[in-house]
Amino acid sequence: MNGTELGLWAIPLAILGGAIRVSTPFLFVSLGEVLTERSGRINLGLEGTLVFGAMSGYAIACVTGLPWAGVLAAAGAGSLFGLVHGLVCSLPRVNDIAVGISLMLLGTGLAYFFGKPFIQPVAPDLPALELGWWSDLPQVQAALRVNVLFPVGILAALLLWWMFRATRIGLLVRVVGDSTDAARAMGLRPAFIRTLATAAGGAFAGVGGAYLSLFYPGSWNEGISSGQGLMAVALVIFARWNPIACLGAALLFGGAGALGPALQSVGIPDGYYLFYAMPYVMTLGVLIATSSPGRAMAGAPGELSISK
Amino acid sequence: MGRKRGGIRPSDSSLAVLARRAEAVAVPAGALLAGLAAFSLFLLLLGKSPAEFYALVYKAGFGTWFSWQNTLSRTAPLLLAALCVALPARLGLVVIGGEGAIVLGGLACGALGGALSGLPGAVAIPLLAAAGVLAAGVWIGAVGALRHYRGVNETIASLLMAYIAIALMNHLVEGPFRDPASLNKPSTAPLAEHLRIGDIPGWDVHWGLVAGIVGCLVSWVLVERTTWGFAARIAGGNVRAALVQGLPVGRLVVGFAALGGVFAGLAGVFEVAAVHGSANASLAAGYGYTGILIAFLARHNPLAIIPVAVLLAGFEASSGLVQRRMDLPDATVLVLQGFTFVAILVSETLYGRLRVFTPETWGIPR
Amino acid sequence: MTLTGPTRRRVLKTGAAFAGALGTLSATSFAAGQDGPTVGFIYVGPKDDFGYNQAHAEGAAAVKAMAGVTVVEEENVAETVDVQKSMESMINFDGAALLFPTSFGYFDPHIIKVAPGHPEVRFQHAAGLWQEGVHPSNVGSYFGYIGLGQYLNGMVAGHMTRSGKLGFVAAKPIPQVLQNINSFLLGAREVNPAVTCQVIFTGEWSLAVKEAEATNALADAGCDVITCHVDGPKVVMETAAGRDCFVCGYHANQAPLAPEKYLTGAEWNWPGVYTRMVRTVIDGGTIPNFDRGGLAEGYIKMSPLGPAVTDAARARFEATKAEMTKGGFAAYRGPLMDNTGKRILGPNEVFVETDIALESMNYLVEGVIGATS
Repeated sequence: MNGTELGLWAIPLAILGGAIRVSTPFLFVSLGEVLTERSGRINLGLEGTLVFGAMSGYAIACVTGLPWAGVLAAAGAGSLFGLVHGLVCSLPRVNDIAVGISLMLLGTGLAYFFGKPFIQPVAPDLPALELGWWSDLPQVQAALRVNVLFPVGILAALLLWWMFRATRIGLLVRVVGDSTDAARAMGLRPAFIRTLATAAGGAFAGVGGAYLSLFYPGSWNEGISSGQGLMAVALVIFARWNPIACLGAALLFGGAGALGPALQSVGIPDGYYLFYAMPYVMTLGVLIATSSPGRAMAGAPGELSISK
Repeated sequence: MGRKRGGIRPSDSSLAVLARRAEAVAVPAGALLAGLAAFSLFLLLLGKSPAEFYALVYKAGFGTWFSWQNTLSRTAPLLLAALCVALPARLGLVVIGGEGAIVLGGLACGALGGALSGLPGAVAIPLLAAAGVLAAGVWIGAVGALRHYRGVNETIASLLMAYIAIALMNHLVEGPFRDPASLNKPSTAPLAEHLRIGDIPGWDVHWGLVAGIVGCLVSWVLVERTTWGFAARIAGGNVRAALVQGLPVGRLVVGFAALGGVFAGLAGVFEVAAVHGSANASLAAGYGYTGILIAFLARHNPLAIIPVAVLLAGFEASSGLVQRRMDLPDATVLVLQGFTFVAILVSETLYGRLRVFTPETWGIPR
Repeated sequence: MTLTGPTRRRVLKTGAAFAGALGTLSATSFAAGQDGPTVGFIYVGPKDDFGYNQAHAEGAAAVKAMAGVTVVEEENVAETVDVQKSMESMINFDGAALLFPTSFGYFDPHIIKVAPGHPEVRFQHAAGLWQEGVHPSNVGSYFGYIGLGQYLNGMVAGHMTRSGKLGFVAAKPIPQVLQNINSFLLGAREVNPAVTCQVIFTGEWSLAVKEAEATNALADAGCDVITCHVDGPKVVMETAAGRDCFVCGYHANQAPLAPEKYLTGAEWNWPGVYTRMVRTVIDGGTIPNFDRGGLAEGYIKMSPLGPAVTDAARARFEATKAEMTKGGFAAYRGPLMDNTGKRILGPNEVFVETDIALESMNYLVEGVIGATS
């Protein structure tokens, strides 16, 4: 085995690299959704927010030459979408799932609409941390070429976990999410808190989109998202509304996604569609294995419409 | 005032009923107009003429006989896809994976087409349809079963299963089920001419439209006029109460989910037998996802699905002309749909709040 | 019983009259002031994708510049009822006389279904699918021997690779794609017989993250020159260049995406082809139903060589290109085996560029690492 021949070791390395590269958008969107759902609302529209975040981040980075300005713009745009969802759903009898689906359409539509002039230009990429400096192997160096947003995402997951567990804000969000009546009895304004939580959740999703367009794959076009936003919302249920579990779910999902190309590159070419479907099969399998009819939705916020 | 003191008279109560019906039409119609107005502002900000835009949307969506056929061709799969969301919703299930059922329905139909080509059309077509419908019904029925017997969330399960179904279709269409003659677009063997489902006579619209409308009518009767529909509504409202009443909740959940899948599968069958002639990757055209929106806009009422689907299809039919004449991007119609649908959903909050429509106005005390 | 007949006929008649009247009306109003034909272009994706659709849109732009010609375009039209209605809409509302529905999957069943109802309209489709007596006579097929471009790509790649490993990101294992992969490797082996080519299929024509993952997997496997056949090569080019690999382009010129790493690229030359076809229509001639060509006929062209290309590679590239320009070039020469050991060509047997056997290729040649299913 020489410097570039890894043989079958290439597979775990590719999965590690893939997990790091591909998981970040899933992580950010699912963290945003955890925040929203813990407050008792579901925002299915984060796919649209993600796509709009990808477009606006890329556009601003193109215009200003500053990728971080793009990330900020994506977060801002995302929080606007979240705010609209939050405000609209604060009206009585408005269905949050349906509004989410409409906003998915609107976000995607607006992104495509305003994104046309930005398909061609090349925007500056976000910087990466070279965590593989200790190795001589180019594969290891590449796998550990980590975007700054990935550790930021891990930190955010830890912070959110700590926030829900140990802070006043976290408690407020949880109370509002578990029982509107209890929250009112405590003198809280549930709609207000939910709107803020949804807006903050939107900002997370916007950043997830900026990662797609500004780092990996690092370009804006209309096919940039293959449903990452929608899948990430599903991963929240899978992660049982726990931010740390979201990190695990995102890594698992990203790593499983790298399996298909990696297997082909070491000469296992058959049935790649089925290997590409591995992340979905695995998630479904784990979901079935860990569910049980008695406690249908352990950990679910009480006011969440899909688990009521 | 005088009327109130005089108690409820038959004419008053019928007026009140009329007012409630009028509300159900007037509120969404007003919201639609508000959404269109908001989109006009959007266009004005971009320096485009809303008048020209809406004239083109009308012309290309509803203005000519060709436009109507264009719109109705696009309506057909949407009706069936929306039912796959609306029916399970009666039991409180949010199924968003209808796309998978469409794909599997089409795949089963396409894969079996070759084997049945020796049979006459009158025998083979129903068999093909049955195969597609069965595959899709089992698929979404399984989502219901997982939910009821295993506690697996149906929203995420159906989404995951949609991705899996599409991967399965691609694998089979490019592998075991591939017609070797389908060189650059891998497909199953094309259906023989006599196994194709044609157009409605005189129209350039295939029979899927009729199937969709009949499907909506049948579903409405099932939901509103039968014991099962009534039981489903109870179970959808409160599972425990339904169990206490001795209702077969499990069978209802699986049955309604499977029936939703059956309709989505039928959409796939028509795509293969009436449009493409064989099963291939074009089956995953996104109708399943559009169906979610339609069902929610129609508030899961099977009858309301029809006008909503026609409206949405009309918007989509106008996309091309708007692109060509006004030099607007193809995504314009997506933005238009976003504006109008958010407006319609916001309007739900107005039900019961507008004095004209409340029973008191028409002499019925609350 | 007596009712259905007349009713149906009436519906048909009214419908046809209505559509006809409106069609002529809007056609005249739209094309006012133009004396030439209206030409419609339909794309399956965005028309600035640095790839398949952009190549066709560049052709449309050239046609637009012709005097008197009106061009109408639609992007992101799916290979479903969508494209049927888009074609009819261009005919009914814009009076289009010549249509270029450019995606491969538009042909069967969509063009075949729509064309017979519009005998006055000419439908031109980019692939070699039209067959005399089988398909409507107002439909035509045209295509270029782009595999030759990939052969030239391969020659430069074979010169430039240090690891001896080339990489190919491919959408689906269909003949058109397999021919490009094989041609790329054969071109490279012409200058360096030890070269191999690793292929990874993404399964979709346009799927950004998967394309990036495939490119990374190729780079991890040691490939140092990468090319692709997907609809929009932007992601592959940028990702590969980011991994310090050389890239060869496809469909259109992607040099701006990786100016230092771009070697050359196999491009369609649709501006030349389309203006020629439209000129034929304006002059009252007929476009042949089946037309194909390579470098000689101006169907394809090569991107200008990049700054990294060595003089030796340049000389070999130019010499082979000059030979191809004479026509009748044979990239496939025996003895040739596929990568499972089956014989494709015996000694002294060849496939020249026009050989129809190339159109149904279902194998990867020896030296390509990958499988066709």
